[in-house]
Amino acid sequence: MPANAISTNVPVLQLTDIRKTFGGITAIEKFSLDVHPGEIVALVGDNGAGKSTLIKIVSGVHPPTSGSIAIDNEIVAMSNATMARARGIEVVYQDLALADQQSVYMNMFLGREPVNRFGLLDRRRMIAETEQLVKELDVRIPSAHATIRDLSGGQRQGVAIARATHWASKLILLDEPTAALGVAETAKVEEIVLSLKSRNIGVLIISHSLDQVFRLSDRICVLRRGRQIGVRKTAETDKNQIVAMITGLQEH
Amino acid sequence: MPIANAGAADRTGGFASRFNLQQYVVYLGFLAIFLFFAVVLRDSGFLTVRNLSNIVLQTAPATIMAIGLVFVMAAGEIDLSIGSIVAVAALAAAVTINAYGLAPGVLAGLGAGLLIGFVNGALVAYVKLPSFLVTLATMGLFAGVSRSMTNLRSIPVTDSTFTGFFGSGSLLGVPSLIWWTVIAVAVGHLVFRESRFGAHVLATGDNARAAAVSGISVPRIRLAVLTISGGLAGLAGLLYAGRLQAAKYTLGETDLMTVIAAVIVGGTLLNGGKGSIVGALVGSLMMGMLNNGLILMGLSVSDQMIVRGLIILAAVAVSLREKNR
Ligand SMILES: Nc1ncnc2c1ncn2[C@@H]1O[C@H](COP(=O)(O)OP(=O)(O)O)[C@@H](O)[C@H]1O
Ligand SMILES: [Mg+2]
Repeated sequence: MPANAISTNVPVLQLTDIRKTFGGITAIEKFSLDVHPGEIVALVGDNGAGKSTLIKIVSGVHPPTSGSIAIDNEIVAMSNATMARARGIEVVYQDLALADQQSVYMNMFLGREPVNRFGLLDRRRMIAETEQLVKELDVRIPSAHATIRDLSGGQRQGVAIARATHWASKLILLDEPTAALGVAETAKVEEIVLSLKSRNIGVLIISHSLDQVFRLSDRICVLRRGRQIGVRKTAETDKNQIVAMITGLQEH
Repeated sequence: MPIANAGAADRTGGFASRFNLQQYVVYLGFLAIFLFFAVVLRDSGFLTVRNLSNIVLQTAPATIMAIGLVFVMAAGEIDLSIGSIVAVAALAAAVTINAYGLAPGVLAGLGAGLLIGFVNGALVAYVKLPSFLVTLATMGLFAGVSRSMTNLRSIPVTDSTFTGFFGSGSLLGVPSLIWWTVIAVAVGHLVFRESRFGAHVLATGDNARAAAVSGISVPRIRLAVLTISGGLAGLAGLLYAGRLQAAKYTLGETDLMTVIAAVIVGGTLLNGGKGSIVGALVGSLMMGMLNNGLILMGLSVSDQMIVRGLIILAAVAVSLREKNR
């Protein structure tokens, strides 16, 4: 078997029996899910279902109350976002977490700026790597020097995804990446998300648009009030079934 | 499906919309004020080498304070205590020099500035108090301390090594105050523009949450910028003491407004995320030139204050306009 085939059999992310409580509130219970390299898994559910909480558990913001997280078959304990990033997990937050008055390239390297041998910022390298990635992902921005606040919503989202792509070696978590975008911009961002498959990165995406979920995902995981209702292969289900699962008109 | 929102429309714009007035306003303002005084005061000695170099020497302490304030404001904080730190540091240096000699005196002056800055920073970063309130309080507190330290008396500093090094001396024909200014601006610019620390200061002031999720320790940045500001205000205190060969509680008393104006006119945003050390230098020279010219024009002290206040208002207006553009 070629090496590639072996690696795709090992899930990049394996969540087992995750449970999360906030005081008396159970936000997540009995949640188990695998995400494989090059696979896009969509997380759907009503408001308050626990989607964002789940993303925060995987990104190290909230440690789970119980259950295990494995990266490449290795159980990991992540108590903060820095640890998750060190494991190759990147998050595109709902608010994007971009520094608006800084350039695109400074945002790409925010907190991880390379320096030359004099300890000074290696701008040339940051600019070159930004330009290359932006070209590969076809994020249409005027230049790596552009200031974030001069970009459109879609361009900003593109920059945030490009940053995640640059640093993620295993997994990218996207929390409603197109919620604030227009139709054309949404299409562009979806194109970028799809192109992540060829990089062998696992993607876990939250979306409120079922049309989008069906366009992008390989599998769909449905949450309702913190409970995992089920996981379906996108090709083997349809919107009616997913809606029924989300709203509770159908169990299992 | 989400509804297409108007805010997401393409805002890339052309050259005109991206031309940033604020970036150049300090240079244009400097030039305009210079030309104005050069013409109006041509018979009053404004353009003499002696007067112009005097302006530079007189602004040295304010320029040094402005460099610290660029770091503080770029990080989205404010330091109102710098004027009070100047007096405390100068007095601490003067008293210590007279009692224990040069080196302990210099250490006492700088140490006092760094320590007050550190306390400001710790309260802001770790107790999570707003820097405006913390430094407003320490401004008042240390104004009182400097008054009680010496019973409002002026303390002479006679150590000629000290007064030469920090005030009236020169090296290679260049006055020491100019050396201090040049070195502080060069180092400040390098750290602010070309180091990771500078980038993290800007990111913190721009979007503290984004900085934090990117692994930047936002509290450490806040602690650092306020400590730097305190330390540089301490150095400014030594420069005053060296130049005047004495320390008094009044030193630095009126500098706060001048320094804030210099920094804002120089292109540093009040709300953080953007700043310029070179801009602050030019802004500081501009404020110094303004003081000098208004005095030569024969304006009363109260009229000078009014004109300066109006110019600061105009500068803040431009700064905020650009931010909300
Ligand atoms: N930090 C928190 N403290 C307390 N309760 C929380 C916290 N975060 C989320 N919750 C609760 O967990 C549940 C799931 O929330 P969330 O994950 O944000 O849902 P979704 O993203 O699917 O809309 C909600 O009941 C919410 O109130
Ligand atoms: Mg949510």
